[in-house]
Amino acid sequence: MPGTSDAVWSEQGTTPDAIEAALRQLLIQRHAENENFLPARVLNMIALVDREWTGEIANRLRGVGRYHASRLVVLSYEQRRQRLDARVMIAAEGDAEHGEMALLRETVVVELGDHHLDDLLQLADPLVVTDLPTLLWSPHGHHELVQDLLPLAQAVLLDSVDEPMAADALDRAGELSHHAYVVDLAWLRSTPWRERIAATFDPHHMRGELRTLTEVTIRHHPESRVAALLMLGWLSSRLGWDSAELVEHGDTLTGSAHSNRQDVTLRAQSAPELMVRGLEDVTVATASGRSLRLSRGPGGLRARSRDPRGIDREWTLMGASRGETGVLGEGIRQALLRDPTYIPAMTAARAMLP
Amino acid sequence: MAALAGRPTGQPEPENPLTAGLERLPVAPTSLVIFGATGDLARRKLLPAIYNLAHDGALPERFHLIGVSRKEKEHDDYRSECEQAIRRFSRREPDEQVLDSLLSNVKYVPGTFDDDAVYAELRECLDAFESAEGQPLNRAFYLSTAPSFFPVIVEALGRSELAQREQSQVRLIIEKPFGTTLAEARELNRSVLSIFDETQVFRIDHYLGKETVQNMMAFRFANGMFEPLWNRNFIDSVQITASEDLGIGSRADYYDSAGALRDLIQNHMLQLLCHVAMEPPVSFTAEEVRNEKVKVLHAIPEPTPVEIPDMSVRAQYTAGHAGGEDVAGYLQEEGVPEQSNTETYAALRLEVDNWRWAGVPFYLRTGKRLARKVTEIAVTLKPVPHLAFSQDGSLGVQPNQLVLTLQPNEGVSLRLGAKIPGTRIIIRPVNMEFLYGTAFLSQSPEAYERLITDAMRGDATLFTRNDEVEAQWRICDPIVSTWAATPGPLPGYEAGSQGPAEASALLRGDDRWRAI
Repeated sequence: MPGTSDAVWSEQGTTPDAIEAALRQLLIQRHAENENFLPARVLNMIALVDREWTGEIANRLRGVGRYHASRLVVLSYEQRRQRLDARVMIAAEGDAEHGEMALLRETVVVELGDHHLDDLLQLADPLVVTDLPTLLWSPHGHHELVQDLLPLAQAVLLDSVDEPMAADALDRAGELSHHAYVVDLAWLRSTPWRERIAATFDPHHMRGELRTLTEVTIRHHPESRVAALLMLGWLSSRLGWDSAELVEHGDTLTGSAHSNRQDVTLRAQSAPELMVRGLEDVTVATASGRSLRLSRGPGGLRARSRDPRGIDREWTLMGASRGETGVLGEGIRQALLRDPTYIPAMTAARAMLP
Repeated sequence: MAALAGRPTGQPEPENPLTAGLERLPVAPTSLVIFGATGDLARRKLLPAIYNLAHDGALPERFHLIGVSRKEKEHDDYRSECEQAIRRFSRREPDEQVLDSLLSNVKYVPGTFDDDAVYAELRECLDAFESAEGQPLNRAFYLSTAPSFFPVIVEALGRSELAQREQSQVRLIIEKPFGTTLAEARELNRSVLSIFDETQVFRIDHYLGKETVQNMMAFRFANGMFEPLWNRNFIDSVQITASEDLGIGSRADYYDSAGALRDLIQNHMLQLLCHVAMEPPVSFTAEEVRNEKVKVLHAIPEPTPVEIPDMSVRAQYTAGHAGGEDVAGYLQEEGVPEQSNTETYAALRLEVDNWRWAGVPFYLRTGKRLARKVTEIAVTLKPVPHLAFSQDGSLGVQPNQLVLTLQPNEGVSLRLGAKIPGTRIIIRPVNMEFLYGTAFLSQSPEAYERLITDAMRGDATLFTRNDEVEAQWRICDPIVSTWAATPGPLPGYEAGSQGPAEASALLRGDDRWRAI
């Protein structure tokens, strides 16, 4: 296992210029220590967090494995704080002593208060590496501060299920997408489900049946209605459905979409027994009488199918759970990629709500 | 015979709009059969790669694995062997539930590869999978046996009518070496193509599955700045090195019958040469990319026996000091015959006789027990036509050199001339370096993970085509036979050194081997 070594600088009552100078100085110092210490230059990430939850966020970010941003700037907000304090850490990972390249990962933690919010953009700007894409993440809300920092960001990381109301979450994502590429963790949690549905209908003899879907039912964590809507929105946008607004019956949304051939019944239903955010199961049925149900299960998704002759089959779709830290790591990685299907899915999902 | 797909020919494939935006494209339900299932390659590479694909959710949604080998054993015994191999060699800690799911779909068929009863049992097994799944599954036969069994297995598959199906795709994956001479390669191609269509055949050169080799195509064809220079007018020479600091380890049996030329140059290094020298393909489809590579190989003249002493060097390592310890010479290694004339070092000077490359020497060298492990391609540009600096100032001027490093630290380095700070203009070379590891978050997948998925998907871009293999052998075969006919002993080079002094004789003009 590669070892880790840190170089640290900190100052109370500091300035953005002093922090930036410390970053530069520490980088020079580390390279002088060993020429195999090399700064990674991939992605800036600005995390705007409430100070009381800084530790929790640090733990989440520590768990993302190899998908660390190369420079992480944590803006730790505490309402009444007057003084600007900062810590800079440059960690080297790898066995540089034996000639291997050891990447340097840079972390800047800035503690700030209301007093500094008017100049938030000017404060953060010198701390990111110019010419690298910057990912902005504000897990504790603070939408107005996100707005202030948007000029720095090429991508924004959010989790639509954090918003209590699905319509607000989709409106928020839609608004942000006008300014930056949106990486939505609620969308990324559904990737294995989307991959498997796409794979099921990929064989030649099945592709035609995609156009004959008659029913889609999604069960979801009580707080993940938006995840179910994104899944419905994905099917709707990819298959060219014209979806009407869904109607709420208790904890279930129901409605229909119109495809070229027939109506499709849509249902998003809360699954109170589900302990983790996201989807519990997805069922699709076609006009021929075929149905496929994918359910969350140990060691991968559990699939149950019924063919047009009424024959049932069950099998496991292998794949290890990524866990919430894995999903966050994937979110960071996605900041460098572009998924052209999210915005159409999100737009279609929004159209299903009043 | 044409491959029979699972759909009527001439009918357009309806699109699957659900695959847009997905990083992982679906792989059709497949039964994978590994011949040589208890061998070293299967244990160290194939089974761990299959597990990692399962872990990532990248295997087909219906996937079955059948191991075929001579040793008599029960299904459960083989599952247990698979589990041990995965636990020992997987690049990540196995997830118990994924591992259990994978192993529950594993079966074992014992028997010798020429025994028709083995193929009857195999068919029963494959048919049973399909009955259970209620649908036809694609079939992929992976030949991970000694090469002498390749034609035996292929013919048996043909005899047993396992090579073609109407309901689904059948694919044949063949490990290297694909023949040990041109005649053998041709014979093997003839044997394979009498049973299978070329579109069904996937010849493995695991180098092509490495992310680093694929990056070479991105480097050349996604960056416009290099293309105007990429020809004989600006490039002086190309040097391709694949050196290892290790010896032959416990592979004496294999290595002494192969040697450095067959082990690395005939396949991997000629592939690297092709990537450097090929024309931009019209598209990155398997056929277009491979067409361009074959054109490069055809442009390399077949060496004549008279030319071979001037364009090739072979040598053997002698005792020396490598990796911080005293090490034995090749002839003293366990299992190596005392009088062996097998080369552990080979270097060639090749020409690519086409409009782009005429007159540019391509130097290839590979060897065991050299100073360090490195794989790189160094492209040296022609010197500037005139130096206006003073004589002193010009002493440090060297031609620009672009070095593509494949391992250990994958990256690109460009040697430039720069002024040393001071009152006088004195030039010295400096390097502008880019390292892939500093610029991407992702870790490269193992080559076998990529290749197994591509073969199951039917994408042959990273596999060697029949004419490509033969074109590679056409270049190397005369050297192999001339060397075989030339008595030893071979020149020696000290273990841990830069290689034999004789290798300098290959270089033209002011060319120099780069330090390893």
